[in-house]
Amino acid sequence: MSSNIYDFSSLTGSIHSWLSGLMSSGWVIFSEMVLVGLVFLLMYALIGLFLVYLERKVCAIMQNRVGPNRVGKWGLLQTIADLIKLLLKELIPIRKSDALLFNLAPFIVIICSFLAMAALPYAKGLQAIDFNIGVFYVMAVSSLSVVGILLAGWSSNSKYSLIGAMRSGAQIVSYELSVGLSLLAIVVFTGSMQLSTIIESQANGWWIFKGHIPAFISFIIFLIASTAEINRGPFDLAEAESELTAGFHTEYSGIKFAFFFLAEYMNMFIVAALGATVFLGGWMPFHVGNWEGFNLIMDYIPSVVWFFSKTFFLILIIMWFKWTFPRLRIDQLLTLEWKYLLPISLLNIVVIAFIVLMGWHF
Amino acid sequence: MSEEIIKDVIVGENEDYIINMGPQHPSTHGVLRLEVCLKGETVKYLTPHVGYIHRGIEKMCEANTYQQLIHLTDRMDYLSAHMNNEAVCMIVEDALQVEVPERVKYIRTILDELNRLASHQLWWCAFGMDLGALTSFFYGLRDREHILDIFEESFGSRLLHSFVMPGGLMHDVHPNFQKRIKDFIKYFRTKLPEYDQLLTGNVIFQNRAKGIGMMSRETAIGFGVTGPSGRGSNFSCDVRKIAPYGAYDKVQFNEILETGCDVFARYKVRMAEMWESLSILEQLVDNIPEGDFTAKMKPIIKLPAGEYFRRVETARGELAVYVVSDGNKSPYRMKFRTPNFSNLFVMNEIASGYKIADLIAISGSLDLVIPDIDR
Amino acid sequence: MLNKEELSEIIRALVPEVVVPEGTQLPEFIVPAENYFTLVEKLKSDPKLSFNYLISQTAVDFQTNMTVVCHLESTNFRYLVVVKVVLTDRENPAIDSLVALYPTAEYLEREIFDLFGIRFNNHPNLKRLFLEDNYGYPLRKDFRDEINIIER
Repeated sequence: MSSNIYDFSSLTGSIHSWLSGLMSSGWVIFSEMVLVGLVFLLMYALIGLFLVYLERKVCAIMQNRVGPNRVGKWGLLQTIADLIKLLLKELIPIRKSDALLFNLAPFIVIICSFLAMAALPYAKGLQAIDFNIGVFYVMAVSSLSVVGILLAGWSSNSKYSLIGAMRSGAQIVSYELSVGLSLLAIVVFTGSMQLSTIIESQANGWWIFKGHIPAFISFIIFLIASTAEINRGPFDLAEAESELTAGFHTEYSGIKFAFFFLAEYMNMFIVAALGATVFLGGWMPFHVGNWEGFNLIMDYIPSVVWFFSKTFFLILIIMWFKWTFPRLRIDQLLTLEWKYLLPISLLNIVVIAFIVLMGWHF
Repeated sequence: MSEEIIKDVIVGENEDYIINMGPQHPSTHGVLRLEVCLKGETVKYLTPHVGYIHRGIEKMCEANTYQQLIHLTDRMDYLSAHMNNEAVCMIVEDALQVEVPERVKYIRTILDELNRLASHQLWWCAFGMDLGALTSFFYGLRDREHILDIFEESFGSRLLHSFVMPGGLMHDVHPNFQKRIKDFIKYFRTKLPEYDQLLTGNVIFQNRAKGIGMMSRETAIGFGVTGPSGRGSNFSCDVRKIAPYGAYDKVQFNEILETGCDVFARYKVRMAEMWESLSILEQLVDNIPEGDFTAKMKPIIKLPAGEYFRRVETARGELAVYVVSDGNKSPYRMKFRTPNFSNLFVMNEIASGYKIADLIAISGSLDLVIPDIDR
Repeated sequence: MLNKEELSEIIRALVPEVVVPEGTQLPEFIVPAENYFTLVEKLKSDPKLSFNYLISQTAVDFQTNMTVVCHLESTNFRYLVVVKVVLTDRENPAIDSLVALYPTAEYLEREIFDLFGIRFNNHPNLKRLFLEDNYGYPLRKDFRDEINIIER
């Protein structure tokens, strides 16, 4: 089944054997690490910049505007120009701020999103590290960024920042539960936390279709809770432009601000990729049960295209949220989580466990 | 800076968590500073600080002639520029007992309503922004553009068109005027339901707007909160109904009153007023009588010695002008009772006890224009 | 709806000290400073009048005196009257505050204090509203500012 999907492990294997012919095994590991690091750095920057561009275009379309259209074809180079501007801007030191924490915070935030990127399967055989607790790892690492946000808010010595950071703390800690429980639903179905196993288990259909209504419910909960977890509208209370000017990154400028900005978009990418992997089959093409011919045709579309199109589909949904809804209030936000999403997902888990126990799923 | 301020605000001896919202803040709609005392996310009390753009318009009026000072009134409530001009013109006409031609009255009333529409559209944009719905901003501005184009065609300026002069208008309107207004009415009748679809019916929006910023009718009257903000508290204060001026006595329209007293009630009043304005425009635009665009006026206007008082309804409430004349060509004393001045200071009363996010919604629902407060 | 004469009769009956000048646009009542608060209180509480809406409160500097002008409206009956107080002491003008009756008076009176230097007794927070502490009182006719105000 799905044998004719191109497996990237043959490519990586040939690189490995070529390197092994050149140098000793210690150096091979070292150079491979450098190579993977460089690839991730490049990919991070490219995806981040593209997401910023995409966001601006999407919001422009929603708002009857044109969006960036001056720098490069269709304004494609606009974000690169913006990045150069941000790199050249002055880093304004804040009086009475805690200098160490103030400078550390953006790095914590960006490192967390880097770490999460490592465990994502981008295509068949293209995964930097395949943990046996992949889902857990990605969740744990991506939610660590709240530490960076709290530090940023505390060390800025600004009252707006502090309120923003406290909001963010309350929000991420609460919504982490729902994200975890909704992902747990599929983990229960699959019986594994390893991302590659989860994808393999979807070879005869994605979990959102296979898992009856409970899987769909957990998908919706995942979408809501992860939007809240990455501080995006309508849950962007931590930044809340109209209330707290810019929330926890009010006092940041230049490249440090760019770090926060980029990390926000990369977190969006990470949750979308995780959602796509767990619920929509990741790089697995669209397969229907045992329709061999149909599945074969679907396999001709490269797995990397499947992964990125699903991810960007989810990203577009998240963007659509942001540009349509008004912002929630902090008490409404916590009510939504603790009074609605959490009980529903707990009940959902029980139902799924029952389904799995009875073997009713496909 | 006085000792008192240092003690109260900066040192914070009473251990209150005070944040200064403004003078540079995205949601204060201008250079207003709200000194907000918080307990967690809840507002304990707030004190508005004004005066950042105090220009002394009342003092400047004392050195200018009546034709000149009309241009100063534009700069108070720049979104109701036409109504401000009209108030001064009517007080001069009252004092000189000039009968303005019917045509002028009709055109002035049409401009009033167009200006009110443009102002309410901008309020709607900004209100959505305040609540975090960023898309509403562009919907509103898209439609406001049509009104500003009408203004530009007839008067050459889009925002501050000192088009009304004592006795009439500066010149006649553009020949396209009626046609364009009719086109606009037809266009905006299709676009106004979109506003409801985007914001009014939204669950998040309703949860945000309902039940906050409660202002009872007594509070509204006591603080002199007029205009749509007052009418959201069932305070009947529409000067167009109480003391009709212009052509308002010739048209059928309802004074919109809501009994909700909260932010959502004020929102609904403004939305309904947009429909009402469209219907007023529709009744007037086809019936503009022919005639002169101005009455005969002397080149130098000298008001007879005495005191004059006149009220008009701007987009934000009741603007009252009080003139003391000593018979010279410039007023002895000119006082503007501006609607936003009274509307702002009710903030402490209606925002205490709610969250910061509600404070933004409440200040958005009062639709403040800061230059109007500072004058 | 009462007309101007009937209104004057009622108000004269409330406070006999009021003077009603002739030939004004609106019904006008000049009251001594010591009766000012009592009159306004009665205007507000009298069920036949119930002037519950303070439209505007301001002052005029007539060089010989300071006049505080209040425009009051009754939202039930739609009467509009002007209450005036003439303060002959231009150096230290003082008058009772209306804050206890109309909350909006707090800031209107602060504005008057700011621009005219008229003090209000029993005002809870009489501080300058717009201007700096040592600016002077710009709407007084004897105010001079060589830099910012051009004389014509």
